[in-house]
Amino acid sequence: MIAGMWIRSTMAYRASFLMTAFGSFAATFLDFVAIMLMFSRVDALGGWPLPEVAFLYGLSGTAFGLADLVIGSTERLGRRVRDGTLDTLLVRPAPVLAQVAADRFALRRLGRVTQAGLVTAWAVVRLDIDWTPLKLLLLPVTVVSGCGIFCSVFVAGAAFQFLAQDASEVQNAFTYGGTTLLQYPPTVFAKELVRGVTFVLPLAFVNWLPAAFVLGRPYPLGLPEWVAFTPPLVAVGCCALAGLAWRAGLRSYRSTGS
Amino acid sequence: MGAGRLYAAVAAGGFRRYATYRAATAAGVFTNTVFGLILVYTYRALWDEKPHLGGWDQAQVVTYVWLGQAFLSTLAIGGGGVEGELMERIRTGDVAIDLYRPADLQMWWLATDLGRASFQLLGRGVVPFLFGALCFPVYLPTDPGTWVAFSVAVLLAMVVGFGIRFLLALSAFWLLDGQGVMQISWIAGYFCSGMLLPLNVFPGALGEVVRVLPWSALLQAPADILLGNADPLGTYAFQGAWAVVLLGAGRLMQSAGTRRLVIQGG
Repeated sequence: MIAGMWIRSTMAYRASFLMTAFGSFAATFLDFVAIMLMFSRVDALGGWPLPEVAFLYGLSGTAFGLADLVIGSTERLGRRVRDGTLDTLLVRPAPVLAQVAADRFALRRLGRVTQAGLVTAWAVVRLDIDWTPLKLLLLPVTVVSGCGIFCSVFVAGAAFQFLAQDASEVQNAFTYGGTTLLQYPPTVFAKELVRGVTFVLPLAFVNWLPAAFVLGRPYPLGLPEWVAFTPPLVAVGCCALAGLAWRAGLRSYRSTGS
Repeated sequence: MGAGRLYAAVAAGGFRRYATYRAATAAGVFTNTVFGLILVYTYRALWDEKPHLGGWDQAQVVTYVWLGQAFLSTLAIGGGGVEGELMERIRTGDVAIDLYRPADLQMWWLATDLGRASFQLLGRGVVPFLFGALCFPVYLPTDPGTWVAFSVAVLLAMVVGFGIRFLLALSAFWLLDGQGVMQISWIAGYFCSGMLLPLNVFPGALGEVVRVLPWSALLQAPADILLGNADPLGTYAFQGAWAVVLLGAGRLMQSAGTRRLVIQGG
């Protein structure tokens, strides 16, 4: 309902909505243009050709775009903690997290999902994949689990803002930084970094591992093949941890008193 | 009080104001460092495939990445300068108070933005740059003359950056809601300044076009001087010309906008 209210309010300035939706589409599209410009100079990056990198890009972008659409508004939480307007949400008879997520719900973020979806489709057409039912099933499961993993990063970031207040930019390092990292093949990065985003902050499960299975690529860190099917479990685990962090954060909230 | 001292005080105010957000600055340093790391690895993979792409070696590319992270918030390439506040003041009508001050609107905001930019350079730029220089092989010129020439180009880049954003902020006199304009300008800024990919890697005609646009005065121009790819005087002429054009256009738009301004009485 709150989301619906924000949609109606953005539609009041229809021209501005169209411009920002287009802007959101174009901003994410330019990321991909940068990758295409790189490939205008080389044939492969870290040993991966353009369609395979586009596949990574599409999966990561779709998962992140959906998470951003659902819960990306949580990055505004720091401001609400600072100026004390979080109190209004606390007294309403609805879960605070749902309200924070719907706060200034921005339909323009569909631009990112659309763009990433188109890149995925292009990559699938260009790639010569030997499709099996298992691979076909893995694609939607990967996107949904990836969305879950990114959602938990957003929620954990929001919980951190109860402590840090005006440090919402730290969250960007993990959300936007995470999706940017995943757009490139794991072979590009140092081993320690790949280890970190596999075992500490399990971003590798968003696209690197399932994509390695679908494309028949060697797994990063020499992991066994079955890990390509663990993203749903990882997503559930992340969401549980993020939920705990959120509750701890909310309990520690003290109003500004003004 | 002389005009020079007035604007110096305004600039100092801008510096101090941003210096109060310590947690935000620390968060920014962290984020710039993370993004710098990701970019360093991807660019190094690119240069592994094609050594000496764009006339640079690996060390020069790594230096370029950390310069970009240092300049991102300094020059407000992705937004976050004074333009957001100016737009809000135009929308609410508070800009009338600015016009009432015994100072020129454009110079006032330029001074504030220069103060802001200087703080961001010291507060958010230096630490990621040092981190990059310590963790990766980088190209750093040893001759002090190059660093002096580079600093002048950075200052000119700050003025050009303000010139672009001031023009966009003034569009609020006509559009009121400037969100869309800002967003499109940030996208153009990212792409055309070389934040997404160094401009000397852009292929063919596209590379030549982005080279003459004002955004190339922001990151690419100072970087070219530091990395020994450009003659300082030619670079200054390019940056200076854009600064004059943009500030002149801003002045024209300012007088057109303020004539249009209707203050709502309360």
